[in-house]
Amino acid sequence: MLLQIAEPGQSAKPHQHKLAVGIDLGTTNSLVATVRSGKADTLPDEVGQHLLPSVVRYLDNGELRVGSDARAQAADDPFNTIVSVKRLMGRGLEDVSRLGDQLPYEFTQGEGGMPYLKTVAGDKSPVQVSADILKVLAARGIESLGGELVGAVITVPAYFDEAQRQATKDAAKLAGINVLRLLSEPTAAAVAYGLDHAAEGTFAVYDLGGGTFDISILRLNRGVFEVLSTGGDSALGGDDFDHVVAQWVLQQIGHTELAQSEQRRLLDLARAAKETLTSQDQAEMSITLAGQAWQGVLTREQFDQLVESKIKQTLRACRRALKDAGVSTDEIAEVVMVGGSTRVPHVRTLVEGFFGSVPHSEIDPDRVVAIGAAIQADVLAGNKPDAEMLLLDVIPLSLGLETMGGLVEKVIDRNTPIPVARAQEFTTYKDGQTAMVIHVLQGERELVDDCRSLSRFELQGIPPMTAGNAKVRVTFQVDADGLLSVAARELGSGVESVVEVKPSYGLSDGEIARMIKDSFSNAQEDLDARTLREQQVDADRLVEALESALAADGERLLSVEDRTILNQGIEQLKRLRQGSDHKAIAKGVEVLSQASDEFAARRMDDGIRRALSGHSIDEI
Amino acid sequence: MTIEQNYFALFGLPQGFQVDAALLSERYRALQKTLHPDRHVQQSEREQLLAVQASAHLNEALATLKSPLKRAAYLLTLKGVDTDARSITISDHAFLLQQMTLREQLEEARLAEVPLDALEQLLDRAESFQRELSASLEQYLASDAAEALDMALQTLRKLQFFDKLRYEIELLEDQLADL
Repeated sequence: MLLQIAEPGQSAKPHQHKLAVGIDLGTTNSLVATVRSGKADTLPDEVGQHLLPSVVRYLDNGELRVGSDARAQAADDPFNTIVSVKRLMGRGLEDVSRLGDQLPYEFTQGEGGMPYLKTVAGDKSPVQVSADILKVLAARGIESLGGELVGAVITVPAYFDEAQRQATKDAAKLAGINVLRLLSEPTAAAVAYGLDHAAEGTFAVYDLGGGTFDISILRLNRGVFEVLSTGGDSALGGDDFDHVVAQWVLQQIGHTELAQSEQRRLLDLARAAKETLTSQDQAEMSITLAGQAWQGVLTREQFDQLVESKIKQTLRACRRALKDAGVSTDEIAEVVMVGGSTRVPHVRTLVEGFFGSVPHSEIDPDRVVAIGAAIQADVLAGNKPDAEMLLLDVIPLSLGLETMGGLVEKVIDRNTPIPVARAQEFTTYKDGQTAMVIHVLQGERELVDDCRSLSRFELQGIPPMTAGNAKVRVTFQVDADGLLSVAARELGSGVESVVEVKPSYGLSDGEIARMIKDSFSNAQEDLDARTLREQQVDADRLVEALESALAADGERLLSVEDRTILNQGIEQLKRLRQGSDHKAIAKGVEVLSQASDEFAARRMDDGIRRALSGHSIDEI
Repeated sequence: MTIEQNYFALFGLPQGFQVDAALLSERYRALQKTLHPDRHVQQSEREQLLAVQASAHLNEALATLKSPLKRAAYLLTLKGVDTDARSITISDHAFLLQQMTLREQLEEARLAEVPLDALEQLLDRAESFQRELSASLEQYLASDAAEALDMALQTLRKLQFFDKLRYEIELLEDQLADL
């Protein structure tokens, strides 16, 4: 920890509580939480509801409804009421058609292969629909806290791949939310539990939500949460239980073909039965489909049998995660249950049987993820400068490149801690070859066709040489949000060509800009206002960061002259920030950042020295 | 930035094949508490970028020292030996024969009466070979003589074969368990 040294006449700023929230953007329900007076809790809407159903209904007058109202209309207006949009995030049109009849929507192809949903209010990308949910949650946060937010921690399933994470971050950008960090849901849950129980040791977090399943094995040691391994299925959840029950009802009736609105009603019926069976031994069901009334009873035993194969699928992922972590079930101190679907008794029974210990669920499994995210947001916003807490996460799926013969060469293995950077060298295989295709893939299988294609680009301008003489270095970088960038560079001749990539199914920056623009009624004016606001926030952030860094380390690490230059730069940016020329502010931010580069580097070196000074080599 | 490039020095550990795993984890956590990007969210973009680089370097160092095979390859690199697997050929015929036999046994295990038991036995056998090889690898690595380093490289390559074999045994185990 760096000491805060207050200089005379330049006293450190009084402690200001920054407003930050944690958001659990779920398949079925979403939540927003925050830390107030040291306690993390979820925030209710104006009628006291904490859970916001992740449902958006688009109306023909351009208005929209989000939450319970929208969900109530899902059966009457199935095409314009988007449910479980999380299942579509970061997915291509092909993946979506594979989900088949589970989705009632009509799709059309957008830029970059992204599926758009046809609604009366125009075509909507899954990212836009998610942004509409996020906007409601952010507004709830601002309303309850009474001020602007410095940012949010948004949770994603641990097993979300690159494209799904990028789509989530894009949605936040579209909603105007500053993302402090994308956080894995099970890790968030572990934070909420770990801090509550002051626990130490190895944990398993079993997280079965509406549409996704995650298992994470974590080690908690003096405030550090280290994810050892993670596994799961980003297309398996409680929704699948509903579908299995719906299939069963159809079998009883002898029907197969259903209209969209009927299908929605049937799924609602199935979900109601599932919920009843969490506390009752049987559920009475009745529905009229295609003009035919049906009545029946589903017992707990029958239900358990119907869903057992789905639950066993989750246990296979648990076994793999334990193996990857190098941990056996008896080394697991506690199993934590997260996600609404863990309320199903048979899930609890089978999980208990697998781990050999009674799973914990003292914190409401629906809210625990948002609560953990809020705790992390509070730390990242800088409200707890002395907090010991640190979360060390991993990438869930291996990243690699296509090589000859349609095979994948792994560059970064799954469960590697992030951030991570790794380079691999390749060469040309033909005489005079001047270009090389770089195909980035994610997945565990050996064949290209069995992995998810993230990006494909061509490195051009390789000087003609005999085969095997060119040296192309491909560098993968994964940041702390789990987001990847890839660069390729030809080394042999000194010619450089660097390409940054974004996943194939993401939105282009142009698309995001256009959507942001479209979302304003007086497009240009509003957009300018938003841009100005963003630049001002950037300027404030930089000024504040530099002022606190100067107060802490300025005297120790900088000469008087250097300090004067930086202080002048700060004053100048403060003046610019008062004006309304967003370009001038952006320029000012750039100039001051550059001027402070050296200081940043010195501070980092100093930090490393301090961390190492506790265990120098000569002590051994 | 001048972050320590030598992984052993970075963690303040003596350079050698034996590494105290508990100490390694402890120091890794202590360093991440300073370097991780989450510790620099409120700082300038430049500092955030440096934090990502430093933290990634630390993760790479941990991954290298944690795995015995990566650690051995790293030690050899530090001693100036090229460890690129493509440039090493194993001339030990007895070893190659042994590998072929083990792979045949892997195929046979799939069809055995109780496949999981057969795999378990195979894994035991592979592990005892691995232990022997690791012990000699450690001895070779303790020396700086060219001959010893060449033996170390050969032994490392052999251990990589075993690594691949174990991976395949475990893959088959997973497949059988999924049925």
